[in-house]
Amino acid sequence: MPDMTGSIVVIGGGTAGMEAAGQLAKAGLSVTLIEKEKDMGGHLKDWYHLFPDRRSSDEVLVYLNDQVAHENVKLLAGETVSGFHKKGHGFIVNTGSGEALNADAILMATGFDLFRSERKEEYGYGIYDNVITSADLEKMFRNRELKLKGGGKPERIGIVHCVGSRDEKVGNLYCSKLCCVTAVKQAIELKKNLSDCRVFCFYMDMRMGGALYEELYREAQEKHGIGFIRGKVSEVGVTIDNKLVVKVEDTLVGRPLKMELDMLVLMAGMEMSEEGIKLAEAGKLNRGENRFFAPADHHFGSNKSNVKGIFYAGACTAPMNITETISHARGAVTDIINYLRSIKK
Amino acid sequence: MEKFGFALSKARVIDYDANDRAIADYILEREPSFGACIECGGCSATCTTGNFTGFSLREIHILLKRGENEQVRKKIRKCMLCGKCSLVCPRGVNTRNVVFLARQAFQKEEDYAV
Repeated sequence: MPDMTGSIVVIGGGTAGMEAAGQLAKAGLSVTLIEKEKDMGGHLKDWYHLFPDRRSSDEVLVYLNDQVAHENVKLLAGETVSGFHKKGHGFIVNTGSGEALNADAILMATGFDLFRSERKEEYGYGIYDNVITSADLEKMFRNRELKLKGGGKPERIGIVHCVGSRDEKVGNLYCSKLCCVTAVKQAIELKKNLSDCRVFCFYMDMRMGGALYEELYREAQEKHGIGFIRGKVSEVGVTIDNKLVVKVEDTLVGRPLKMELDMLVLMAGMEMSEEGIKLAEAGKLNRGENRFFAPADHHFGSNKSNVKGIFYAGACTAPMNITETISHARGAVTDIINYLRSIKK
Repeated sequence: MEKFGFALSKARVIDYDANDRAIADYILEREPSFGACIECGGCSATCTTGNFTGFSLREIHILLKRGENEQVRKKIRKCMLCGKCSLVCPRGVNTRNVVFLARQAFQKEEDYAV
């Protein structure tokens, strides 16, 4: 598309923003990619291996950095967006440091925040030493320091699904979709790191809908002997010798079950990012009951907003994995190109 | 005639068509959140009564919905109505009211039985 001209501001330098910026640049458009942290990459920087094939997240980061290493992409890291307003067909985007950027279109790629697990107080995150989150565990894998607080190797580890998802009590009715497979992936990873440990997943439903997820679930059962117990953990306590105790109903047996554990991993769900909420309010962008950006149409407008010229990519619209995020970002690029053609006729 | 000691065994299937779901309907009409249960067992895990007796609110939910009322009639009296289950429920079921309505329905059924 040699005749394409125009400038696009992409807000958010995670997977969605980086992929979209790279693709827009290749189409000949000038892109400014704004990221609030000092490094691009978003949550991916904190993950270790990705499901379903346990590929290193660093490999994806290398790919994304290659995407944005293009003469048409200007990276603004460590920068925020303070607001934006309409001007003619386009927009003026104001940055936190006082710059005013002209944009023919804006792409929101503000992603998600992880559910703050301390809000589920009954699970003891921030209260008991060895209750950690899925994100904490990724960090442990990354830093090669998989051990208990105070030293020692965990011998029995529990994984709690649906922390902050499908839970009316925290106001999140939706399923975060990725935690089930993350639990299975992390259970396998734990067994690979500590071959003697026992791992148990406490789940309400196993949602293994993605490509190769079910196969990974089967591998966890057959090759790694991961235990699966169907029941929602109601509370976590400690014994006198500082072991964690979970209380759950083993719903398939129909009796309450308690189990002592050395470590408990909470599968934190995904929520609309706080930055995204601020921008939605500033730009009068519609949001759904789940607080994420509401796409103009769920079937054929999932990258479009209610404001002409503003588009969405990735997990700012719903929980999404890396594969889906990259596809969604490419979809946004197609919509933006078509939009620019329509206003420049 | 020789007696062989055999008897007809009662089928253990849930006879969904023959079962009476009037109790479940009574509850559902007055407490629509009853329909939102996903059988996660959070209520039963936290239940003091359930830790010492065979009482499981999750089980009672599903038995009523299948019309297996006779298994529930006696069990439902064990609940102390402390309401801890309703603090745990991720679907926002008003569990305490469900128990209350179930008891009321059974009571009415017994009162008007001929």
